[in-house]
Amino acid sequence: MTPPQAPVEVRHVRDVGPLVIAIEGVTKEYKMGDEIIHALRGVSLNIHSNEYVAIMGPSGSGKSTLMNMLGCLDTPTSGRYEFNGQNVATMIDDELAEIRNREIGFVFQTFNLLARSDSLRNVELPLIYAGVAPHERHKRAKEALESVGLGDRIHHKPNELSGGQRQRVAVARALVNRPSIILADEPTGNLDSKTGVEIMALFDELYERGNTIIVVTHEESIARHARRIIRIHDGLIASDGPAN
Amino acid sequence: MDRLFYEITESMRIAMAQIRANKMRSALTALGVIIGIVAVTLMGTAINGIDIGFNRSLAVIGDDMIYVVKWPWHGVDDWWNYANRPPFHVEDAETLNRIAEGTPGSLIDVVVPTAGRSSTVKSGQNQASGVQTIGSTADYGRTIAADFQYGRLFNEEESRSGRQVCILGVDVSEKLFPGKTPLGEWVKIDGHPFRVIGILARQGSFLGLFSLDNQTILPINAYRKFFDVRNGQVQLHVKVKDKTKMDEAQEEVTGDMRRIRGLLPGERDNFSVEQQQAFKAQLDPIKQGIAFAGLFVTGLSLFVGAIGIMNITFVSVRERTKEIGTRKALGARRRTILLQFLIEAVSICFAGGLVGLGVTYGLGLAVRSAMPSFPLVFSFGLVVISLLVSVATGIISGFVPAMGASRLDPVVALRYE
Repeated sequence: MTPPQAPVEVRHVRDVGPLVIAIEGVTKEYKMGDEIIHALRGVSLNIHSNEYVAIMGPSGSGKSTLMNMLGCLDTPTSGRYEFNGQNVATMIDDELAEIRNREIGFVFQTFNLLARSDSLRNVELPLIYAGVAPHERHKRAKEALESVGLGDRIHHKPNELSGGQRQRVAVARALVNRPSIILADEPTGNLDSKTGVEIMALFDELYERGNTIIVVTHEESIARHARRIIRIHDGLIASDGPAN
Repeated sequence: MDRLFYEITESMRIAMAQIRANKMRSALTALGVIIGIVAVTLMGTAINGIDIGFNRSLAVIGDDMIYVVKWPWHGVDDWWNYANRPPFHVEDAETLNRIAEGTPGSLIDVVVPTAGRSSTVKSGQNQASGVQTIGSTADYGRTIAADFQYGRLFNEEESRSGRQVCILGVDVSEKLFPGKTPLGEWVKIDGHPFRVIGILARQGSFLGLFSLDNQTILPINAYRKFFDVRNGQVQLHVKVKDKTKMDEAQEEVTGDMRRIRGLLPGERDNFSVEQQQAFKAQLDPIKQGIAFAGLFVTGLSLFVGAIGIMNITFVSVRERTKEIGTRKALGARRRTILLQFLIEAVSICFAGGLVGLGVTYGLGLAVRSAMPSFPLVFSFGLVVISLLVSVATGIISGFVPAMGASRLDPVVALRYE
């Protein structure tokens, strides 16, 4: 077992805000048949507000496991994870759901929109789970859709939208509850390169507006949009530094 | 609290969208529930109908009556014991009336003797068979609830002298004298001539089984001239003054009869005193039979229905695993997912329940138009019960798959293709 790494000191490209994510010595083990897979072998990292981070690594590196952990979809086998000062590592399902709802905006590779609901209802979904009243919900969902340039598509269903537009709806859904971080998993993976560029431009814009963004990708061109790149290899952080 | 409300309304929207998107599947799944609800409501309407039909029939026969009879109406355990009971005499009624008059605070209004047989009544070429012929006294009119369409009952004088006059039920009258009012005509009852002095108004049938209008009433003193009244054909009908005191009246009649029969204390009654309540109790096994068969069919089809609902909910959870993962990632808690699938299962069952009620209602209307006298009575209570049963079916069958959905690991669910 490799000893936990000390958090790497990050040289910031621009001033960052307070600490959002603090991970120290996190490990994750899976049982696959008789074999125990060490997906993470002791990862430590800090992410502050107003950062733009790319997490890179080949498949099987533990990149996805780390993303699930950061997104509070999963809890570590050992180690410490604090999100805005709350100890996430020992939370139960429903507490994690609450954190995900309030603090994290997910953007998935496959968009994961509800096929039978229009854009507005898709974007409203996190607000329903947050207990926001219908009138307020409509207003905020509409604003979020306008902010990603889809003000004129609010009553379109996913199958009436292009791939890029669908991903914009997903981004609006991620933004709508004003989360602490936006966590995007291969957000351009299902898009053609031109549309991918547009979506990354949208992320850049969101970053400029003060959002904290974590993008998980295996593409260098995507990672270059970020200000900081964390590379994972064999369940460990191989490098963590500013993007060039 | 708000949040729960929003989650429930959201779940209902999803359920409706889901059912709309899978119409055929939902309809087939609901079939078991529909059949179950039809069974339970049909059973209920039949039982309701029997009760109401019976009470209506009782009102015709009179619900303030006590009957002194040789054979008890139910529970004949020792045949010989009853067979050897002495028969009643026409004069016993008179004796009972005298005793009642001499009893202060007596509950007995009037006692009449009746004798009955099944007769064939003829007039010229026309004849009516299986007619219930009743011989009684002039007081008989006070013991029945029927009105006269034409004419009157025989009076004291005709009764005592045994004048050969008769009153016809409306069915007999129509059969013998179609399109005519037969007052003053002569008919032959089992070959003996009687003059028609009255026609009873239509009384309908008893539970739609046998007609109360297929009868004829004679003065008992005329009846006994031709027909046997010795071997147990005579009964005593007692009209009670206060129908809230039927049990006390029954005791009074029993005491008076023991005096007439000269029974010593400790000797068993050699007659039976019956109320219509006891007669009503005879219907209980029929109602229980219907209820049992109905419950069996209901239970079976609801069981099959529940398995169908459970299966479809499992399929629904499997199909939408990725959606569940997404919802969880966006902050849906276990309760939210549980509610979503539970409400979906309950909605299908509830819709099935509504359709089942509609089918039963339609069947009821069809039966009513085909057989107007057959008792089927739809009640509000049944609607409530069937909807509760269908909701319960949905909850029970949807719970296991919905629970499974709510416990899905979001990481696994999101990866599901």
